[in-house]
Amino acid sequence: MIQFDNATKRYNEGYEALSQVSFHINPGEMVFLTGHSGAGKSTLLKLVACIEKPTRGQVIVNGVNIGRLWKRSIPYLRRKIGIIFQNHQLLNDRTVFDNVALPMIIQGVSHKEVGRRVRAALDKVGLLSKEKLYPITLSGGEQQRVGIARAIVNKPPIILADEPTGNLDPDLSKEIMELFQIFNQVGVSILIASHDIDLITKMNHRILTLEAGKLIRDGK
Amino acid sequence: MAEVHSKKKNNQITHTSIKGKTISYFIRHIQVFLFTLGTICRSPFASLMTTAVIGIALALPAGLHLILKNFEAVTANWDGAAQISLFLKKDISEEKVQKLTTDIAAMDEIENVSYISADMAMEEFKKHSGFGSSLDALDNNPLPDVLVIKPAIHSSSPEKIQRLMAKFRKNGMVDIAQLDMEWIKRLYSIMDVVRDGIWIAAALLAVAVLLVVGNTIRLDIQNKKEEILINKLIGATDVFIRRPFLYTGFWYGIIGGAIAFTLITVSIFILSDSINNLSGLYGSSFTISGLGISGLFILLITGLGLGLSGSWIAVGRHLKQIEPS
Repeated sequence: MIQFDNATKRYNEGYEALSQVSFHINPGEMVFLTGHSGAGKSTLLKLVACIEKPTRGQVIVNGVNIGRLWKRSIPYLRRKIGIIFQNHQLLNDRTVFDNVALPMIIQGVSHKEVGRRVRAALDKVGLLSKEKLYPITLSGGEQQRVGIARAIVNKPPIILADEPTGNLDPDLSKEIMELFQIFNQVGVSILIASHDIDLITKMNHRILTLEAGKLIRDGK
Repeated sequence: MAEVHSKKKNNQITHTSIKGKTISYFIRHIQVFLFTLGTICRSPFASLMTTAVIGIALALPAGLHLILKNFEAVTANWDGAAQISLFLKKDISEEKVQKLTTDIAAMDEIENVSYISADMAMEEFKKHSGFGSSLDALDNNPLPDVLVIKPAIHSSSPEKIQRLMAKFRKNGMVDIAQLDMEWIKRLYSIMDVVRDGIWIAAALLAVAVLLVVGNTIRLDIQNKKEEILINKLIGATDVFIRRPFLYTGFWYGIIGGAIAFTLITVSIFILSDSINNLSGLYGSSFTISGLGISGLFILLITGLGLGLSGSWIAVGRHLKQIEPS
């Protein structure tokens, strides 16, 4: 599902954010990505989401080679990836419902279908009763769950999460992680970047550890 | 087996969704169409500033054009604008002159002809010139017989007058055919200059409208930078992101066109009383004519085109610069 072959990302200033990283995430696999800040976690996620392109090596996502992807095709690849951000990235001038509906609106899904699937997604994250509220009135954990609902509403085969529990207390963090586990059980491939080693070791999934741009550990 | 089954199901979905996609494509357009209008209405003051600038910029050339058009209407039915004097040759019998006068008066292009005989002209000259008695010293009357001709209204364009003149000059009895119309030619060429000037002003103001719309949309894009980034990250195409900005430009243009029409119509209403007074003093029945439906249509289309182009330029330049990083 996600395949890195000797992928290297070097920025213009000569700084190498990722060096020769290779790994393969199978369909339906749930994988954590960890390492200190600056180790290259964000860069790796950016390569998967096609925000950056590898300087050398290959990155293949959902069968598509990122390095050779046309700019015009990028949106269609991103529709296959549900992205969850640390700072939620919600639109504060729209209701919870409208925020979650956004990926479906972008794809031109019919009105009836949008309502049905948005409510299904909100139900999964336990926010069905708050669809008419604005994100600003919700707690941090609830906002993150709106972000998750938006990421899964399209039923993408891949979910990327960048420090999804970064601002949450341990209990909420655990809840969020369990939510990801539920999605994983229905066959979604999930890659979660997190520096919360304690939490992710308890989850008992594969862990990729980066240090100074190199993959130094790959396993449970 | 299960896989085959699900594939079949997928095919069905894509088949039925072609029609559905077309419908939802139009629904999305209508949604954005109304959504952008709603956004404009929610900030009436800011929107009015932009649309009023567009309205004034469109009203200026349109108003000047209207003034010119009305002026042309005035000069077109200018009674007695041109007057032709035919100085006849000497020694033509009274009967022949009479016949010429009736012939000319019968012509379609002529409104009326008045005959001033050499004697009448002499009398007149004696009376008004102040040479009175000294003219008595002349043995015979040096003045020719003159026909003063007034062309009909429908034949008073410069070309038709020239054709008429050529006809008179060929006539054997006519010594000199003189036309007092240099000033009309000058007037027409001044009007040509004004017309060209209006085109130049219109072109400059069109560029101004493009810049105003472009700048407004540029600010709009900057204000929505975050939203654009999120949309791009969740898979929005450039077309999707561009659409609301283009519709906003469309609305600015069309509202600007409507404002221009209103400004001109109100101005005409204000002017009409004094213009009626003025034309009354000249004994003319001229009334100022407005833009009419076709004028409204042209203003709206022009506004729409400029608004759309202006936003297109801004979107093309500025959306590319917003990419997630």
